[in-house]
Amino acid sequence: MPVIKARVTVTLKNGVLDPQGKAIEHALDGLGFGGVGSVRQGKVFDVEIEGADKAKAEADLNAMCEKLLANTVIENYSVTLI
Amino acid sequence: MKSAVVLLPGLNRDRDMIAALTKISGKAPVTVWQTDTEIPDVDLIAIPGGFSFGDYLRCGAIAARMPVMRAVAEKAAKGVQVVGVCNGFQILVEAGLLSGALMRNASLKFVCREVKLEIANANTAFTRNYAAGQVIRCPVAHHDGNYFADPETLARVEGEGRVVFRYAEGTNPNGSVNDIAGIINDKGNVLGLMPHPENLIEAAHGGNDGRALFESVLGLAKAA
Repeated sequence: MPVIKARVTVTLKNGVLDPQGKAIEHALDGLGFGGVGSVRQGKVFDVEIEGADKAKAEADLNAMCEKLLANTVIENYSVTLI
Repeated sequence: MKSAVVLLPGLNRDRDMIAALTKISGKAPVTVWQTDTEIPDVDLIAIPGGFSFGDYLRCGAIAARMPVMRAVAEKAAKGVQVVGVCNGFQILVEAGLLSGALMRNASLKFVCREVKLEIANANTAFTRNYAAGQVIRCPVAHHDGNYFADPETLARVEGEGRVVFRYAEGTNPNGSVNDIAGIINDKGNVLGLMPHPENLIEAAHGGNDGRALFESVLGLAKAA
């Protein structure tokens, strides 16, 4: 059975406060990494889908994002086949 | 008045909710499990607090996609009263039954303390035994109660008077926009709030400020 591999990236929308990203930003500064302007934290999902139909896989992955993987009130998502 | 309590793995305030509803209504609520596809004929459905599914992915995200939540949505559409407390609020938001999102507390810390709540709308089925503008005590215990909505949604929720509870007197514990602690849907039968009124219903709790919420929605007169 062929397998299609994909990576889904979920990030916070612009304008949505990201206190975790801010805390990471400050910690990087504390480690001596100067010049870090901003850090935004997100999520990555590596998904394997059985089959060879890439168009269907991509449509399914977008539906997965809309229904579960992302909260589109606060998050954007992108799907990349790899 | 008959009530039901939704049970999901990882909730931990279900016993408190069952105890509160039993004491206040005089009848034990029925319980429905996550895989149940039908909810018995009840007047009120309560979704308690806790950490359903370990807060994996996002708080309430997995629970909101369980079969029982389709049944809750069907009941809500028919006008049955629904209240979600804490994780229950997060589940209602994730299920799309309430607008906005609940994000990580601005302090990044879990908060467990008492706050002051202003009754921002006393003209709802859940708050009619309170007075508008009344400030009550209520405990909170959460890590993700930071209410957020995009500016258009927020303006609509505010404009329609759907903010029911606000943190008062500088006690906002989580950075919620406009100090929002609880909101209701446009039909006025689905309420979500982060604080725990079920934990302040009798003298043994050190106060009963939360009791009137349940008395309101159960159609009972306010206790003296």
